[in-house]
Amino acid sequence: MNMHSPMNHCSIRSVTAGQLAAVAQECLDQRMRFLMAWHDWEGQQCVVRYLLSQKDNPEFVLLELRDTDTIPSLAALVPLLGWYEREMQDLGGLHFTGHPEPFPLIIHEGFSIPQPPLGINGRSGHLSGLYQPPTMPEVQGDQVQDLYWGPVRADVVETGEFHYSYIGEAILHYHPRLFFKHRGMEARFAGQDAQRSVYLAERVSGVGSACHALAYCQAVENAWGIEVPPRAQLLRVIIVELERLYNHFHYFGQLSKTTTLKVGAATGFLMEEKVKQLAGELTGSRYLRSLLRVGGLRRDLQAEHLAHALEPIIDEGEAYLDRLQQTATHLDRLMGTGVLSPSAAFDQGATGPVARASGLDRDLRRDHPYAAYHKLRFNVPVRQKGDAMARSEVRGEALREAIALLVQASGRLKAGPVHTEFDVPGGAQQGLGWAETPRGTLIYAVRIEDGRLQRVKIKSPSFSNWRVFPLTVHGTNMMDYAINEASFGLTIAGCDR
Amino acid sequence: MPLWTWTGLKAGKAATRWPQSGPDGQEGVLGMPRLDIAACRSGCDLCVESCPTHAIHQVDGEPVIDYGRCIVCQRCVEECPEGAMQSSCDWAFGVRQRSDLIWSAALESAEAADLRKRIAASQRRSLHIRHVDAGSCNACESEISALDNPFYNLHRLGIFFTPSPRFADLLMVTGPVTAPMHDVLLATWEAMPEPRSVMATGTCAVSGAPMDEGYASGSGLEGILPVDIWLPGCPPNPAALIHALLLLVERMPQKVTGGQYAR
Repeated sequence: MNMHSPMNHCSIRSVTAGQLAAVAQECLDQRMRFLMAWHDWEGQQCVVRYLLSQKDNPEFVLLELRDTDTIPSLAALVPLLGWYEREMQDLGGLHFTGHPEPFPLIIHEGFSIPQPPLGINGRSGHLSGLYQPPTMPEVQGDQVQDLYWGPVRADVVETGEFHYSYIGEAILHYHPRLFFKHRGMEARFAGQDAQRSVYLAERVSGVGSACHALAYCQAVENAWGIEVPPRAQLLRVIIVELERLYNHFHYFGQLSKTTTLKVGAATGFLMEEKVKQLAGELTGSRYLRSLLRVGGLRRDLQAEHLAHALEPIIDEGEAYLDRLQQTATHLDRLMGTGVLSPSAAFDQGATGPVARASGLDRDLRRDHPYAAYHKLRFNVPVRQKGDAMARSEVRGEALREAIALLVQASGRLKAGPVHTEFDVPGGAQQGLGWAETPRGTLIYAVRIEDGRLQRVKIKSPSFSNWRVFPLTVHGTNMMDYAINEASFGLTIAGCDR
Repeated sequence: MPLWTWTGLKAGKAATRWPQSGPDGQEGVLGMPRLDIAACRSGCDLCVESCPTHAIHQVDGEPVIDYGRCIVCQRCVEECPEGAMQSSCDWAFGVRQRSDLIWSAALESAEAADLRKRIAASQRRSLHIRHVDAGSCNACESEISALDNPFYNLHRLGIFFTPSPRFADLLMVTGPVTAPMHDVLLATWEAMPEPRSVMATGTCAVSGAPMDEGYASGSGLEGILPVDIWLPGCPPNPAALIHALLLLVERMPQKVTGGQYAR
């Protein structure tokens, strides 16, 4: 087995536990940003990897730490790594020393599993236990009330348990407890045929099915050195931009619902439905599933006339966004709500529209191009204020850009094959695949041996943004909570995996 | 605000009249594969091999499909050399008995034909639903939420979502039932007044597939709650959800018997 197979688009730097903090500081000084961290057991050897992006350079940096499962925590220096480290502790059996929040994250208090499912001995046994409240800071005071909301909450929503300590309207502390929905997705890939596991990636987060399939396929294609034909690359852009479009319409429906704009909510959800019906007609799947395969697409799509089919959606969508922009009662609720500062966004790992609304000008489609994005023109909207208004403005512009990309991409389609034939290589490979989802950075890291997946790490955008979100809730008020949450546009399945 | 009222009124009705008439909104959406048993070549097991969720087995040289494990990935359709597995737009897979999702050649005609004729007694009661997400990928939530959009407009059928299980007639469960959700799910069901019904919504909730056999999730609702309607689909589309809800209140007939789809 080749223990040190290279990773595409990465310069790899080996570090020791002793050097780690100094190297991390050096990276921060060079304005690099940590994207994720994950562990792997290569035989009996523990490997921890930290992925970073560089300023104005499409090449990623990968720090590799081998041969120890006891590692100094970087969470105090790089706060966004806090959750990744806790996840490695819960699922991988690793130990991080000096962690500022050394509490369980994925495996709830009161639950246990005989051995760590992504640990040295692999998975065995089942998670079990009884409910216990989470570890929370102690909040004391005369009028302080504690509200536990969830895990079953009003409306058709994903499962999560939210804890508020508040006085009157003022929220002192907010703690979302997630991972009720943890299905052990990463472990599910282990041992599977790499070519046949796209369906699993499609089911990590349903409303991100297409982006998950794309990032997964690209990771395997990068590991195996497969070139995808141009028609398939353009069709892949069309598939994921349709996903972006229905997600963004849903976002405005949900945001309008929280500002009690009934017709605005109905319009947003109707627009979402129209895009899903179009997707169903074009591809056979409202969630754009069962389309991608390693090497291209499973079948050709007749998307040449997409621009024509989109026309009513474009007109109605424009009118809808304009009307929202003219509605003072709606805008009033967004302005100044849930402010996320640029430094907090950077340090805590905000991604996608949330990051761009706080001044971080990042978009994988432009900064680390994939599929056919290098051939297409699009703008990346950025705002500075970091409030709900800025987040909704970024989404609104991104919605328009998605339409422009769909029209451009469908106009450039030329006849040709939609997948590449290839032989599955033997031996060991690693690959990295990524996609800018409607919610931000999604990354798949895969390690394959003789065609079978050994380790799959999924970094989902909602895992990043859920970590950031509470910072915008502490010290605000209950009335704004739902609006603020809608302005983030989070999913829970993607975060919990 | 008046502007919104005006635009809302001007836009007029967006709701479909389906199932009475009009489009169901699922034009082109692929559903469960159809099995043409006559075209099937004995001894070939490519469909069995191709299925990622083990929904197809071979019995006496012939395939047997468990639609309760099907995630509509269409792989068997692509792999079958004889065209015995065919793509279809069949999605109204809500059934009362879990066993009705399993293909059974012996059950051809009599009962199926009977069901086609049967328009269930019009117990046109209003239905209140409490939804619980027991570990879904969120596609099911996305489709269930879509029921309230202006196109499907579930209220027109007298069916509503309620925040509290205390007011609910039906518990609509999605996801394979993850470990931390097991007790929460039972507590929600306990909190409902009788008579109460349960719908296993989506393939994960029906059988766990493809999320069973992990360290953190279960195998759907079998053995956990008494299920009244089993509705596979990954996810079941809004029309399939409406069909299953109307099936529960006996306002539409069951389409599938012995794994076979009545047309």
